[in-house]
Amino acid sequence: MRSENVRPEDMDWVCCRCGQRLVAGPVTVEYMGNQFTTDLPRCPACGLVHISEDLATGKMAEVEQLLEDK
Amino acid sequence: MDQQELRQLENRCIQEQPPWCTAACPLHVDARGFAGQAALGNWDEAWKILWRSMPLAGILGRVCDAPCRERCKRSEAGGAIEIGALERFCVSLPRPEMRLQVLPAREQKVAVVGAGLSGLTAAWDLSRKGYRVHVLDAGPFPGSDLMDRFPGVLPKDAVAAETALLERAGVVFHCAQPVNRKDFIDRCRAEHHAVFLSLEVVDPAAWGLEVDTEGGAVISSPLQATSRENVFAAGLGNSPVWRAAQGRWAATSVDRYLQNVSMTAGRDRDGPCETRLFTSLEKVDPLPPVPASGLDGLYTPDEAQAEASRCLGCECLECVKVCPYLEKFKGYPKKYAREIYNNESMVMGARQANRLINSCSLCGLCEVVCPEDFAMQDLCLKARRGMVERGKMPPSAHEFALLDMAFSLGERFSMARHEPGRGESAFAFFPGCQLSATRPDQTLRVYGHLRACLEGGVGLILGCCGAPARWAGQEDRFGEVLDRLRRTWEDMGRPRIITACSTCQLMVSENLPQVEAGSLWEVLAEKGVPEVRFRPEKAPAVVDPCTTRGRPWVQETARRVLRDAGVGFEELELGREKTECCGFGGLMQNANPDLAREVVRQRAAQSGADYLAACAMCRDSLAAVGKRVLHILDLFYPPDGGDPADAPRVGWSDRQENRARLKERLLKEIWKEDFPRMEEHHKIKLAMSPEVRERLDKRRILDEDIQKVIHQAESTGDRLHHPAQGRYKASFRPYKATFWVEYTPGEGVYEVHNAYAHRMDVVGGGRL
Repeated sequence: MRSENVRPEDMDWVCCRCGQRLVAGPVTVEYMGNQFTTDLPRCPACGLVHISEDLATGKMAEVEQLLEDK
Repeated sequence: MDQQELRQLENRCIQEQPPWCTAACPLHVDARGFAGQAALGNWDEAWKILWRSMPLAGILGRVCDAPCRERCKRSEAGGAIEIGALERFCVSLPRPEMRLQVLPAREQKVAVVGAGLSGLTAAWDLSRKGYRVHVLDAGPFPGSDLMDRFPGVLPKDAVAAETALLERAGVVFHCAQPVNRKDFIDRCRAEHHAVFLSLEVVDPAAWGLEVDTEGGAVISSPLQATSRENVFAAGLGNSPVWRAAQGRWAATSVDRYLQNVSMTAGRDRDGPCETRLFTSLEKVDPLPPVPASGLDGLYTPDEAQAEASRCLGCECLECVKVCPYLEKFKGYPKKYAREIYNNESMVMGARQANRLINSCSLCGLCEVVCPEDFAMQDLCLKARRGMVERGKMPPSAHEFALLDMAFSLGERFSMARHEPGRGESAFAFFPGCQLSATRPDQTLRVYGHLRACLEGGVGLILGCCGAPARWAGQEDRFGEVLDRLRRTWEDMGRPRIITACSTCQLMVSENLPQVEAGSLWEVLAEKGVPEVRFRPEKAPAVVDPCTTRGRPWVQETARRVLRDAGVGFEELELGREKTECCGFGGLMQNANPDLAREVVRQRAAQSGADYLAACAMCRDSLAAVGKRVLHILDLFYPPDGGDPADAPRVGWSDRQENRARLKERLLKEIWKEDFPRMEEHHKIKLAMSPEVRERLDKRRILDEDIQKVIHQAESTGDRLHHPAQGRYKASFRPYKATFWVEYTPGEGVYEVHNAYAHRMDVVGGGRL
């Protein structure tokens, strides 16, 4: 499920530079040499990515911990 | 760490040494485990423990003469545990269902001549090893000899139950045998691969064994070998448990003889042994043995349970008892050494001991209380250095502290000056990071006091001693910081350093032996204490910093300052050389904040008195959990407003801010110099509610991180807007972490609603 990390309220933001609402699209994140691609809210024009608090302090933090101990 | 180092370390921790009862028992019965289950009334479990280590527990449990009593630790506090009586009670209960485990059958036949305790024990052990065992006895039925020896103690059905078990294990009984007749002996030797003789019943001379002057067989103990190659014997002496044990050793010898392997290797634990275990009797009240009131001197169930409850369950755990960290990981140093070794040797998979290694405060209390001086701090620090060298240190473990150290070494805090108007310094005040961070005003006033009472010039050095780098295992970085401090000290003309922090003092004196570094307390004790401006109503309890452990003179000087000031104080049970860490040491606070909070909570709960800390970090850690606590300097320079013991902890952001302001004030007020240049983002003013401030402090997000995010967002326009809430959100990655801030711009100030961080990076720098 590529869209599991996107919640509707994360899409309520508008990119100030482009004036566009965010849409879900594939984003690659990297930590300690490991890359993952998942759908995240981003600006359809300039690609500015939004990482929500829940994602940063939840799943991302968990994965960071796992990778750090690998 | 190599295998040999690991074994040496493991050997130093004595927690797994046998308790005295097990060491004293020739069969090493697990009497501690047995009594532990009995104390809970779990008699089935207690039975199983006997079954596992005691041969023919239904018989031996009734006649055991309990030599364990002589070495029982409880004997020093009321009287030895009556293990023999407890065993009798236990085996008088129905035996729980247990599997009889027998190894696959072997071809070799063994004769066991005589069905005494030693013979039946040998038969029990050998049959379960798969040998074809024949018990040849003179008596009319199996076990009759035992019943004759222990009249009234061994009921016939108990003996029958055990011999039936032996038969289930494959033992064949032959009764009414002429065990000392020549033709029997010849046939027995010819038909069996090995022979075991119960000396309770056979005549050694008839069997052609070498005998001593009194006619007894010459037997080597504990091999139980006789002068004939394949003949082993046992059963001497009056002690039933010793006779059984001899039978067991003989069975081991028969097995080894028939397998053609070493008869002696690894047998040093046959029979009673020494133990290095330590069990403290402190806080153990003496309790006399429970008398038995049942029929034939047997315990009633309640009495048995009460007697078993007296067992101390001997173990060491001296370190674990005083260290929440060691307790937290549910083991003890021997186990931890193995886990750390495995962590180091791991090639693939999760390194599960990383957290164990990084959570230790390195305070060294374990080494002080350990009877064998096991130093967990040395083990953890060495492991951290190894992790750093191999690039396997989790980046998040210490990064915040190392960045804070970098701040203290940076332009906004670090400086070194002679006293205004002087070209040399006989002394240099080195207040360190934490006093400057929490009590900048006090730091300034202490510097004034020092200049007033010391002659020859008192310079000032603001900076860091490098302790965070050392604790993080970053030895190269630590060396650089120290080297920089050494150069500063040389440039200033080698002044005597006056430290306000015991960690700074320790780092300098241990690593820069050429630098003379004393404590602020020494100067105050020598030159007279400043006027006391805050006097506690009740005597507070002194909190020694953990970095003064092993430096009693520093602790004593702090007390002398208090005495000179006429301030009464109490001692904590865990004070002086047994003082505990506040949770900050060793960067525990960084690597495991929850544990650090637990550590300081326990520290705070040790006494109902207010605390009086000799360390700025201890003071703040204790204040963070609501403990009323003063710093010694609060007595002379109380902070403005309110009771200084109630002053809250200073948050991470304010700590840096305080350091920067201290430098500004010092330069302005003492050296009449301009402030250091401010960067653009420092001009951004922030406002946030106390709840937000607390959350961000817990997340270790500094005001400066937020200022950087807003500065970046406002100057580039890279930000998100939430039309319904009217809020903006933006991110910035100043180092290996991305910070997100949700804010609303206001009149010259930005209201911060929330901030969070992650370490993962979006490939393409946040924009795709």
